[in-house]
Amino acid sequence: MSNSPNGTQPPNPLSPPTRGANYLRVIATFCRNSLIRDMSFRADFILQCISSMSWAVMNFMLFKIIYRFTDSIGRDTGWGEYEFFVFLGTIWIINSLIQTFFMQNFDEFSDLIRTGNLDFALLKPIDTQILISFPRTNWSQLANGALGVALVIYSVTKLLDEPEKHLQLSVFTVLGFILFILCGVAVMYSVMLALASTSIWLGRNQNLYDFWFYITNFYRYPMEIYQRSGVGWALWGTFTFVIPVLVVSNIPARVLAQPLGTPWKWWEWSLAGFAIVAAVLSLLASRWVFLMALRSYRSASS
Amino acid sequence: MLAKALTWWTFFQIALNERLVYRGDFMLGTLMRFLPTLTQIFLWWAIYDVISSRPDQNLDGEIAGYRYGDMVAYYLMVTITRAFSSMPGLTSGVAKQIRSGEIKKFLIQPVDMIGCLLVQRVAHKLVYYLIAALPFALVFFLCRGFFLNGWPAPDAMLVFFLSLLLSFLLGFFIEICLGLVSFWFLEVASLGFIYMLLNFLLSGHMFPLELLPDSPINLRAAVDWLPLKYLAYFSTAVFLGKLSPEEMWRGLAIEAAWVVFFIVLARWMWSRGIRRYSAFGG
Repeated sequence: MSNSPNGTQPPNPLSPPTRGANYLRVIATFCRNSLIRDMSFRADFILQCISSMSWAVMNFMLFKIIYRFTDSIGRDTGWGEYEFFVFLGTIWIINSLIQTFFMQNFDEFSDLIRTGNLDFALLKPIDTQILISFPRTNWSQLANGALGVALVIYSVTKLLDEPEKHLQLSVFTVLGFILFILCGVAVMYSVMLALASTSIWLGRNQNLYDFWFYITNFYRYPMEIYQRSGVGWALWGTFTFVIPVLVVSNIPARVLAQPLGTPWKWWEWSLAGFAIVAAVLSLLASRWVFLMALRSYRSASS
Repeated sequence: MLAKALTWWTFFQIALNERLVYRGDFMLGTLMRFLPTLTQIFLWWAIYDVISSRPDQNLDGEIAGYRYGDMVAYYLMVTITRAFSSMPGLTSGVAKQIRSGEIKKFLIQPVDMIGCLLVQRVAHKLVYYLIAALPFALVFFLCRGFFLNGWPAPDAMLVFFLSLLLSFLLGFFIEICLGLVSFWFLEVASLGFIYMLLNFLLSGHMFPLELLPDSPINLRAAVDWLPLKYLAYFSTAVFLGKLSPEEMWRGLAIEAAWVVFFIVLARWMWSRGIRRYSAFGG
């Protein structure tokens, strides 16, 4: 970038750009534009916030009711009421991040393929994956995430009030929580990108939101519930190692809620390490699937 | 009379064929629909595990009268009752037709809109049962062990089938009424959403209604006064033998009364609505 000596002049658009900074600027512009658009339909925006939050509240009520009858989910798993609410809040945060930044874009990506409008995206001098992942930010979905943060904070305070839980909090647990949330978002992003890419081959016009619903179904509960019987272990293995969505919710929630206390057992450490590996591998794998799919893309219509 | 029947038959056939186009997608979609039930099975398994390991709690391994098998059977049966009572896209469809002025065609043709929609829905549902029968049979065969009481008694079976038919009509006419509200208000999406939410929570779709708390608000008693419980809970409870013969027949009568109420309401709204309708759009 050719900065002028006095430093006040805006960067020359014709000068060779630093790529990373430019990509960030493009993404920021996308986010800003979406926010402006959302804010011009304010009543609708508020309604959407309320509607997405009310599903979350219903989910919360279901477990409030369940915990009137039981004091933990699974025997000796440590997922008592407030541990589980940390888990629930974690899911809301991850869901809301994916739905805010990516879901609508992936849904529109399938449309781009069907209508042939992907041509225009391919022509632009920017990485196509970035271009199709970020154009529209659905800010109203962030309401759920805020609710999730509130639930996590509330439940953690409750756990801290119970001395027999021995909950250990430090800067590292909080940072770890954030890190593993980001890993989770990376995994979910990759799964959805790969699924959306398959519509280049399959020409499927089935709703991506359906897939989202079915996949998130498996990470909604602590993984311990699957660790029994043949079918259960098969599900656990599939959704841990093949499509690693179980680590997405379980690891960050474990970091904060510490259902089995501290220090962690060896398998908890291994799963946490695996979560990071899984995040990196899924990003790479989904990028590969995306590029392969683009290669088979033939434009549609005129 | 014959001409009229022929008209309805034609409407029925068109809707039938419309639906048969996507049968492959449909069958797969139906199997996918049981995935949430699969996770429910594991969730409740873990919960009942805890409860049965604590005999001191005086629960006998039951939650609100449901053993583990009953609970899973409940969720499985709800998928059947929901297959009758759920009407995806009906409210929004009616609202869209009113808003866009499409209902003009029903005002100038000697065809009744509600009747036409009903015939279409029946056709869609029939196709759905035809195609979904196979995946449903497979899942229920695999899960037969959860039905601890086996098949219900003949009279319960009769009430079950009758209540399913009524729940179809009830679901249909409630959603028609919601859609017809758009004669008065342009925007009914939020109304439809509220309905969906209440339906999910208070019809027994989310969990057996016995689990609802009776304090601070006595929700368990409140749902008896609402038509919602006939959309999922009632038929299921009948099948699982949760109700005495007397309760069963009384429930069926109340359900029928609700159906009549919503038919009359829909008729009344329609006749009032078209009077103030101003036919926007082309």
